[in-house]
Amino acid sequence: MVDITPADAVPPAEVAEMELYHPHSWWTKYVFSQDAKVIAIQYSATATAIGMVALVLSWLMRLQLGFPGTFDFITPEAYYQFITMHGMIMVIYLLTALFLGGFGNYLIPLMVGARDMVFPYVNMLSYWIYLLAVLVLVSSFFAPGGPTGAGWTLYPPQAIMTGTPGGQDWGIILMLVSLILFIVGFTMGGLNYVVTVLQGRTRGMTLMRLPLTVWGIFTATIMALLAFPALFVACVMMLLDRALGTSFFMPAIVEMGEQLQHGGGSPILFQHLFWFFGHPEVYIVALPAFGIVSDLISTHARKNIFGYRMMVWAIVGIGALSFVVWAHHMYVSGMHPYFGFFFATTTLIIAVPTAIKVYNWVLTLWRGDIHLTIPMLFALAFIVTFVNGGLTGLFLGNVVVDVPLSDTMFVVAHFHMVMGVAPIIVIFGAIYHWYPKVTGRMLNETLGRFHFWVTFLGAYLIFFPMHYLGLMGVPRRYNELTDMTIMTESAHHLNSFISIMAFIVGFAQIVFLFNLIWSIRHGREAGGNPWRATTLEWQTPETPPAHGNFGKDLPIVYRWAYDYSVPGAKEDFIPQNVPGSFAPSREPA
Amino acid sequence: MAETTLAHIGRTEPRPAGWQGIAADWSSDQRAFKNVSWGKAMMWIFLLSDTFIFGCFLLSYMTARISTRVPWPNPSEVFALRIGGSDIPLILIAIMTFVLISSSGTMAMAVNFGYRRDRRKTAVLMLLTAALGATFVGMQAFEWTKLITEGVRPWGNPWGAAQFGASFFMITGFHGTHVTIGVIFLIIVARKVWRGDYDVGRPGFFTSRRGRYENVEIMGLYWHFVDLVWVFIFAFFYLW
Repeated sequence: MVDITPADAVPPAEVAEMELYHPHSWWTKYVFSQDAKVIAIQYSATATAIGMVALVLSWLMRLQLGFPGTFDFITPEAYYQFITMHGMIMVIYLLTALFLGGFGNYLIPLMVGARDMVFPYVNMLSYWIYLLAVLVLVSSFFAPGGPTGAGWTLYPPQAIMTGTPGGQDWGIILMLVSLILFIVGFTMGGLNYVVTVLQGRTRGMTLMRLPLTVWGIFTATIMALLAFPALFVACVMMLLDRALGTSFFMPAIVEMGEQLQHGGGSPILFQHLFWFFGHPEVYIVALPAFGIVSDLISTHARKNIFGYRMMVWAIVGIGALSFVVWAHHMYVSGMHPYFGFFFATTTLIIAVPTAIKVYNWVLTLWRGDIHLTIPMLFALAFIVTFVNGGLTGLFLGNVVVDVPLSDTMFVVAHFHMVMGVAPIIVIFGAIYHWYPKVTGRMLNETLGRFHFWVTFLGAYLIFFPMHYLGLMGVPRRYNELTDMTIMTESAHHLNSFISIMAFIVGFAQIVFLFNLIWSIRHGREAGGNPWRATTLEWQTPETPPAHGNFGKDLPIVYRWAYDYSVPGAKEDFIPQNVPGSFAPSREPA
Repeated sequence: MAETTLAHIGRTEPRPAGWQGIAADWSSDQRAFKNVSWGKAMMWIFLLSDTFIFGCFLLSYMTARISTRVPWPNPSEVFALRIGGSDIPLILIAIMTFVLISSSGTMAMAVNFGYRRDRRKTAVLMLLTAALGATFVGMQAFEWTKLITEGVRPWGNPWGAAQFGASFFMITGFHGTHVTIGVIFLIIVARKVWRGDYDVGRPGFFTSRRGRYENVEIMGLYWHFVDLVWVFIFAFFYLW
């Protein structure tokens, strides 16, 4: 019944054994480390720390919105600063850095069977420049005039004018410098991730045998390398506008009765550059989440991923399409209506590969041996949340529906669901999944389930009501919603309710952080492969993996990453480095 | 399930045709690009990313230029040099372009001699390339000085749209920075070649990776790219 053929001829090694940098001191081992795993932890810790700042900022915003007039220290200027920094930190310094710098660094070399990234020194520089970018960003909180309050999109002309907090102070300058540094640092890391996946795989690891996690991170990194240049250019140009008085983005403008020195620039040009970066950025965050969630579902449902090839093509297709949809963020900017027609069409086309992915996740679950572990709970929560946020995206992708909904709470609800809550839920699931590999111990189960349910239900209680507020016409970016005729009594109650929920969900994240730290010492011993998973990172000789990842010999890959519940096999999973092929059972079921 | 195992590796099977063949080649074992080293692959991908930066710069410049409502300064007059009593349009820029394109030639020769392991000729040609690059930057500094003394500033100029000076200084400055970085690295690599580092595979100071003569070629990729970008800047700024 079982056809186990002996290990076939293994392809000869095409890639020479990597020369590793061997640390000589404590400093080069733990601080200025060239080991991708240490860099990954550094990236993750820094991103989490700055993410906590953004979390607190969101609390302050909700305090003001839910209970207007109660807290004197939240002035309108401060509110705009909170909005701006919250958005920028969450999107770039937390999500991008954590998915690509954190998970990318940790998982890519392990999953493709490499000893490290191809250029560990450049990889190390990447982290330190990222840290510098974060420090510059943080320093703007202490600069005269405070951080910029231009909104996370930094639209000119208001971003560099007197009325905007930080516009004529240090805020906007530090923001732009920090972004430029981030892009420089990211490029160093990103080149490493791409080349490692393309050129540094172990024997037998074809691209079509990569776990989807690697596909997601890989595609997202390529997109980032092509999208961040637009942001880089926009930042340089705005920096020149602000510091040297050029007029790239500044039209002739009268401010407080005085004609400014600027003239002849195009604010719309900035919007195009920003969103040429900004839209791919959504998928730079989403694609790694897609990839990771595919692996979580397959592993914890003990079933091979449904339609692997389609999943790969969908990732690549979404990545390519996302470069031709950017102006759907600009329907109300006054651009030519035919542009809106074009961009609405491309936007709706993206729904096709995205829907393919959702169907494939559901079909992977179908008749699977579903273990409701914490990573699986988060993965299921992601599917629901992503579908929810994706469907409202179809609303906003249509010009005629977007125009009335634009700049309302509906938009806030949409993008928080689709690129805030959904990716962060995957990050949580991924942390519960890979924490045993990183530390050798499991996270606490009880705290984990508490964290999951409060976060999942709480996020819905925060963002679902916002759709209703948005449909009523409640605008976003307003620091006070009192004295508005559209705000009924019940809408005010809803608003206060959202704020209270925001506090509860935020508190759950502190419990999660406690769990992360507590379990390092007190968690249950995990062993090398607690989830009985197939991918290479679980097959390392040591847990946590040592420098060089795989001991003396690199693993050889004989199969794809999803051999779960193979009929006739001894166990319900076959690791990628186990030789022999299993013919499907021919006996009737 | 059978197709997901490695069973067919080592056997000769009919290669898939069409799109499937392309996909199979690209996703093949260990390396997507056969015979391409890590360093070279990394440089190519970096250059792709850098292309997008220059592309965005040039597109922004074009947007500014076609949307301005005041006249754009006439490049044949602005970039003319007065030599022997007559204004010769674009003479300086013609020389600069000639110098930079020539440096691509010397770079290509350096790569050639590098693969022949001719240490001296490689190093000398790289230094010559660096010298030509430095000459280019020097002439660019001269051009900047001339324009600045004539009253061109990033925020305005005597002849028309303020965006002229802004985009000119920004884009040529960004390109000049690329050339300068290239010159510095040319000198560093030339020193390594001269010392014979690549003959013995001496590890790099920071990276602890063994150096090879291929580094000369990787350096050359960057240098040719910088030249290519200049051709576009030349066309869009001086000839438009």
